[in-house]
Amino acid sequence: MAHLTTMPTLDPGQDRTMILNMGPQHPSTHGVLRVILEIDGETVIRIMPDIGYLHTGIEKTCEAKFYQQVVPLTDRIDYLCPLTNNLCYCLAVEKLLGLEIPPKAQWMRVLLNELTRINSHLVWLGTHAMDIGALTVFLYCFREREDILRFFEAVSGQRMMTSYFRIGGLALEPPLDFFDRVRAFADRFPSKINEYENLLTANPIWLMRTKGVARITAEDAIALGASGPTLRGSGVDFDLRRDMPYSSYDKFKFNVPVAQEGDVFARYQCRVQELRESNKIVQQALDGMPSGPIKADAPKVVLPDREKMKTQMEALIYHFKIITEGFSVPAGEVYQAVESPRGEMGYYVVSDGTAKPYRVHMRSACLANLQLLPAMCEGRLIADVVAAIGSIDIVLGEIDR
Amino acid sequence: MPLAPAITDLEQLKAHPAIARLLAWNPAAVEGAKFDREEMSIYVERSSIREACALLRDDQACSFNFLSDVTCVDWYPSEPRFEVVYNLLSIPQKERVRLKVRLSGDAPAVESVTSVWPAANFFEREVYDLFGVRFTGHPYLRRIQMPENWEGHPLRKDYPVEGYR
Repeated sequence: MAHLTTMPTLDPGQDRTMILNMGPQHPSTHGVLRVILEIDGETVIRIMPDIGYLHTGIEKTCEAKFYQQVVPLTDRIDYLCPLTNNLCYCLAVEKLLGLEIPPKAQWMRVLLNELTRINSHLVWLGTHAMDIGALTVFLYCFREREDILRFFEAVSGQRMMTSYFRIGGLALEPPLDFFDRVRAFADRFPSKINEYENLLTANPIWLMRTKGVARITAEDAIALGASGPTLRGSGVDFDLRRDMPYSSYDKFKFNVPVAQEGDVFARYQCRVQELRESNKIVQQALDGMPSGPIKADAPKVVLPDREKMKTQMEALIYHFKIITEGFSVPAGEVYQAVESPRGEMGYYVVSDGTAKPYRVHMRSACLANLQLLPAMCEGRLIADVVAAIGSIDIVLGEIDR
Repeated sequence: MPLAPAITDLEQLKAHPAIARLLAWNPAAVEGAKFDREEMSIYVERSSIREACALLRDDQACSFNFLSDVTCVDWYPSEPRFEVVYNLLSIPQKERVRLKVRLSGDAPAVESVTSVWPAANFFEREVYDLFGVRFTGHPYLRRIQMPENWEGHPLRKDYPVEGYR
């Protein structure tokens, strides 16, 4: 495994090779990723990702906030799947508290998480295709993404920074026509996926740019900590939603798409199939949506209804106490992982028994996946680096935190 | 569901495959264990962490072949001050285990596990950057999130939230 750990000794003194900086302001790096390339002509000899341009110290900030105040911070880590981050953090704190979440809230969480996955994969598909030169797909993808962002706005009032999942349940009841609108979307979405696939899957230019490019074997992918579609594209059949279910995922039926080749095209196939599977989960969630409360019965943790605060003294007191002094969480530690669109998103939360988390650490799927880049690209052409970066679907906000 | 109290007695926990494997290899390597909220944490003696990781990765019974995460917790001002936390995942068994190494606050250092899992590369660089824990044997131990010339390690508890001004 030594070939995976050697770090480049970038030496500009050599005659044949030159050092090229790609980024941090390069459109194909999806944010502010700087990639240092040592090239011989068009061939990449060494490649080193340089990150940290978006580091905002979110983990440090979390330590100074009450538990419920951390939820809006988690939105801002991965701005393409805020709800997945909300879910992962809430699950971790709920595990620390030992809270039971009512079924309707769990199913709503699954529903919105899959919509988030579709949203994130659509952005990935559009930008990835644009990097490689297929500009049309971008417009198609953003058309459907707009619908999903409207759903998020309908439930939470925000298109992107939703903060809709709260510790103990959901923030609000979804609006009355919400489920009908989502159902109309889920009914027409499979035909839209066919449209994207018509543009790409059999397109000879697309195939030449993606097939056999940036290959990674299953052993290397596991050793380098890859997860999500990047891992499944190399033939490892593992999905946290199915294999270590959380938030009622065990009650849903879906396939986990796996491809064997380990190249850019394999990862593309996995994600496109995931769009279809996510849509199936959305439909199942709509069909079987339970009724009942959306918040856990834990007055010391969950904010009371507005209506109760106007009529009941205790509700007003609890509200005042939660807002002004938070709620204390029994000491302990928890590592909670969920399957984000990019792979294993994990929250490691340590409590010392006070109202503020002692430590919040986010395991970023992209940070680990980015380590695959040298193994994928060394010895290949510069143009393949662009395809490889697109295919591991990075979000720099999540990498740098 | 009310919380069950944590189990910290090694005698009760030694049936767990990862603990059993480590005890069979070297009883001195296991300093303690904790089973809390359905998660297993094993405290590993500082000098045996790399070998313990390699053992758990290659063992047939538990095969923790995937390194999910490496991070650190600063328990300032108590000693030992740092706790380096390794979250391991077994893809075949679909199980997790957490290894922990306690380090003193005075020049904290621990052996790198990059030779076991190359995935540890960025994780350990991040811990080094934000906590100042050195990983001996790491191929490229440089700051990763903060600028190269930054002073101090921001996630330490004695580092103010607003930074030094």
